[in-house]
Amino acid sequence: MSNVPADLKYARSHEWVRELADGTVEVGISDHAQHALGDLVFVEVPAPGRELQQGDACAVVESVKAASDVYAPIAGTVIAVNDALAKTPELINQDPYGAGWILRLRPSGAAAAAQLLNADSYAAVAEAG
Amino acid sequence: MPFIPHTAADVQEMLATIGAPDIEALFDEIPAELRIGALEGVPAGLNELEVMQLMQARARQDGRPLNFIGAGAYEHHIPAAVWSIVSRGEFYSAYTPYQAEASQGTLQTIYEYQSMITALTGMAVANASLYDAATAVAEACLMAVRAHRKSASARILMPAAVHPHYRAVTQASTGGQGLELRAIAYDAASGRTAVEALAASAGQDITALVIQQPNFFGVLEDVDALTDWAHAHGALVIAVVNPISLALLEAPGRWGQRGADIVVGDGQPLGCPLSSGGPYFGFMATRMELVRQMPGRIVGRTVDLDGRPGFTLTLQAREQHIRRGKATSNICTNQGLLMVAGTIYLSLMGAAGLERVAEACMSRTAELVAALTRLPGVRTALSGARFHEAVLCLDRPVAPVLEALAARGIEGGYDLTGHYPELGPALLVCATECRSAADIAAYAAALQDVLGAARGARAAGAKP
Amino acid sequence: MNLPLCEPLIFDYGRSGRGAHGQWPAAEAAPPPVPARLRRKSRAALPEVSELDVVRHYTRLSQLNFSIDTHFYPLGSCTMKYNPRACNAAAMLPEFLGRHPLASPRHSQGFLACMYELQEMLMNLTGMRGVALTPMAGAHGEFAGVAMIRAYHRARGDLVRNEIIVPTAAHGTNPATATMCGCVAREVGVGPDGDVDLEALRAAVGPKTAGIMLTNPSTLGVFERRIAEVARIVHESGGLLYYDGANLNAILGKVRPGDMGFDVIHMNLHKTFSTPHGGGGPGAGAVGVGPRLLPFLPLPVVARSAAGEGPGYRWLTEADLPQSIGRLTGFNGNAGVLLRAYVYMRMLGREGMGRVGEYATLNSNYLMARLRQVGFVPAYAQRRASHEFILTLKSLAQQQGVTAMDVAKRLLDFGFHAPTTYFPLLVPECLLIEPTETESKETLDAFAAAMAEILREAASEPETLRTAPHRMPVRRLDDVRAARELDLARRPDSA
Repeated sequence: MSNVPADLKYARSHEWVRELADGTVEVGISDHAQHALGDLVFVEVPAPGRELQQGDACAVVESVKAASDVYAPIAGTVIAVNDALAKTPELINQDPYGAGWILRLRPSGAAAAAQLLNADSYAAVAEAG
Repeated sequence: MPFIPHTAADVQEMLATIGAPDIEALFDEIPAELRIGALEGVPAGLNELEVMQLMQARARQDGRPLNFIGAGAYEHHIPAAVWSIVSRGEFYSAYTPYQAEASQGTLQTIYEYQSMITALTGMAVANASLYDAATAVAEACLMAVRAHRKSASARILMPAAVHPHYRAVTQASTGGQGLELRAIAYDAASGRTAVEALAASAGQDITALVIQQPNFFGVLEDVDALTDWAHAHGALVIAVVNPISLALLEAPGRWGQRGADIVVGDGQPLGCPLSSGGPYFGFMATRMELVRQMPGRIVGRTVDLDGRPGFTLTLQAREQHIRRGKATSNICTNQGLLMVAGTIYLSLMGAAGLERVAEACMSRTAELVAALTRLPGVRTALSGARFHEAVLCLDRPVAPVLEALAARGIEGGYDLTGHYPELGPALLVCATECRSAADIAAYAAALQDVLGAARGARAAGAKP
Repeated sequence: MNLPLCEPLIFDYGRSGRGAHGQWPAAEAAPPPVPARLRRKSRAALPEVSELDVVRHYTRLSQLNFSIDTHFYPLGSCTMKYNPRACNAAAMLPEFLGRHPLASPRHSQGFLACMYELQEMLMNLTGMRGVALTPMAGAHGEFAGVAMIRAYHRARGDLVRNEIIVPTAAHGTNPATATMCGCVAREVGVGPDGDVDLEALRAAVGPKTAGIMLTNPSTLGVFERRIAEVARIVHESGGLLYYDGANLNAILGKVRPGDMGFDVIHMNLHKTFSTPHGGGGPGAGAVGVGPRLLPFLPLPVVARSAAGEGPGYRWLTEADLPQSIGRLTGFNGNAGVLLRAYVYMRMLGREGMGRVGEYATLNSNYLMARLRQVGFVPAYAQRRASHEFILTLKSLAQQQGVTAMDVAKRLLDFGFHAPTTYFPLLVPECLLIEPTETESKETLDAFAAAMAEILREAASEPETLRTAPHRMPVRRLDDVRAARELDLARRPDSA
């Protein structure tokens, strides 16, 4: 049974979204996803300033057995990336919702966040998958 | 039945265990209309004695002419120890080292090979081989397009002095992915690719420049100036090099201010016989920052559960069996056994031995050129400094001359008229350390004979 | 205390000034000058070792390997059959070995006769109309095949067709190849019995369909029974059929891909035709085509001149095949591999070739039956095995916490190379097992006995499996560390 914090929103493709006080959002991958991937060995992050549409492949998380795309859960502009992942990709395994955050976006449309799943709905998706 | 060990008793016992009446029953899921009867167009089998007699007869047909052709495949002495070891069943019949604990021999050999290629080329990391130089150039172009963040054009500058087969293969292999290969002319007098020839592309979005050293004509390019031009104009540099020449020539990792970005070439000169065209192996090396864009297998050193060091395939997530549609390449099988031969060859020769080979090749080619150009009607064509090949121009069409030499047991060189008609009747000749003074004298005498005979015919009024 | 490598690096045998001097050409009295600015400034850090050092080192390394010559290698989809030594001896006859690829036609007729006859035999075995020998591996052959399909549609003026349908069970090279050809891979599922889902296929084909890539028997180890229907559906939509020949060993001499409706195929000569795997290569991925794709064959191809018109055999060029997809190799592909395949086929002949499919299938069905007896679960128990079959270890994984990888590693301790693991991706915790026709009943029985022992260990001492192997030169290797702390080449300044 994986950890699914109630205060976050989720995409079907296993990304989580945390709304920050300043209107920006933080994005990472869920506990279910990091567990499925196994020990991460490398994370490729997007360049700050990049414009993303919802669903765009914006990062790659690589383990020994898989290299998976991370998809932008909402449209926006990349304003920050987690530089610590370059040296310590295992932060995503250890703390996927905290120190393992991947990027921060400035959303380009308010309505987008509404399409995301709440914790219970995502938990059902993770269980089934 | 060759290679099938089953006796009739074995078959009966096995069918009983399966619960089938005969072997035919095992094919009962296949629709009857698809089943073929007798195989047509396939001759009856031969035993080993018969097949060896057949092959020996075919081999005798081709004979052993004296070879002066280079053009991307070079005759070098291969120490007997190389193929003695490579032919061991443990190397010859081993599989890809996916089960690392059962493959430490292959994996450590690959690690040592990667170390030697990085040392020779002056780069940080190498892969475990690609098919050959031609496909390696194509892969390097695709890699440059993937790796170059700031270039969107997928435009590659491809000098005409790059091997015509490498250019053709790159075109055939990359056309489907939208790459543009832009031809760059060579200087007609020297045979070099001048920086001035690149000038027309300045100010445009160029993804990469390919530099072959020595180039297809055997001429030495001004690699520092070309490398610096490319980097100054935002392009990556793909170096295509001859590994024997690297004993004497500067490593591409140290070309210009920043060094080449991707290095490829054919490993054939390192312990691989000419063998009618293959198998050879392509090598590729790059900077550490680009390692995840590099196709092919890579071996890394690690430790086991006890902390004992060992080797394993790594960075496999880039490869086809994991990344599938988004893989760096579809390459799966590579040229592993030839890479082992190359590693053993480099171990035996070392840097000092390689220097001797390179110097001997340069000297023999210089002597060959001197001997042949003493004949009327034979002159050198390009003035640039050369490694171990030279372009010669004749006073008549090349093809009949080469055929007449072949009839005398000499493969005189490669006819350039098809690929480079602007050179006139030209051929590319090569003499390696395997060609003795007597061999060169024999060529010169035969050529004199061929040219003189025709001249005699002309003098008698026959049209050339 | 740090444990050492089983066998030191070749560099560690070195001493400055040491070398295999007997291999070096004599020094040149007056070496020709290299322009100073182009000269290498410092020697490459290559080994400085004696010839005996080299021979001992690489011989010892070879002894750390498993190989067909030493071990049973039931790797599904790889066809690890015996590599006859006559093939090696014939291919290495001095005249073939010393021949330059660009040699004159006068000195090429013997070699070209072998190549031409190889083309003809492969054509007749597979029911195709033309063959090109030069792709240098299966994946390279796939590239040629998909490129020919694209060229065919473009030549008809149909530029929209860029989708390649690929079953979800397909080998990773298939979608990777589609991408390399500028196409999009579109996946179609397989049904519970292992055949392609025809409903899903009908929904997936249309005006954008360039073709479908199929293996038959499929990667699930079973024959695609409705292949005629699959062919009809795809052809009617305007697409072509591509055959991935990885599993040709199952049907050699029994069924021909051309008869199944395939327009283009690649063959893995290093699988079906027993050329050596060499620790990763070289292979050869010859392609065969039906009449529609003949004009697009990659160059070069061997042709036989009509009687009285020049030398018997010659290479065709761009002038002969103006619509060719082009040259895919520097010279003529892996010629030495092609010669080995030719010799193998001449030794088997028509009767021997016919036996390959029979005995590969017999061995596979027998081994599947024995492993069932011993307690393993085939994934498609209700189907006939082709030349390979899948075991699913899912319940073992769930109940004992022992994975397919653990079983694979423990098999090494018993002296067997593991079967293919985790492919196809569709079957979780699977082993794909292909014995090939060259293995005896005793070998198969010994393998079944080892697997039975492993099943017992899974119940009584699962930790033994989870930490296997125990009797190999190294224990299980840390591949996470290998990927995180990249050590990909020896640094000359390090120990």
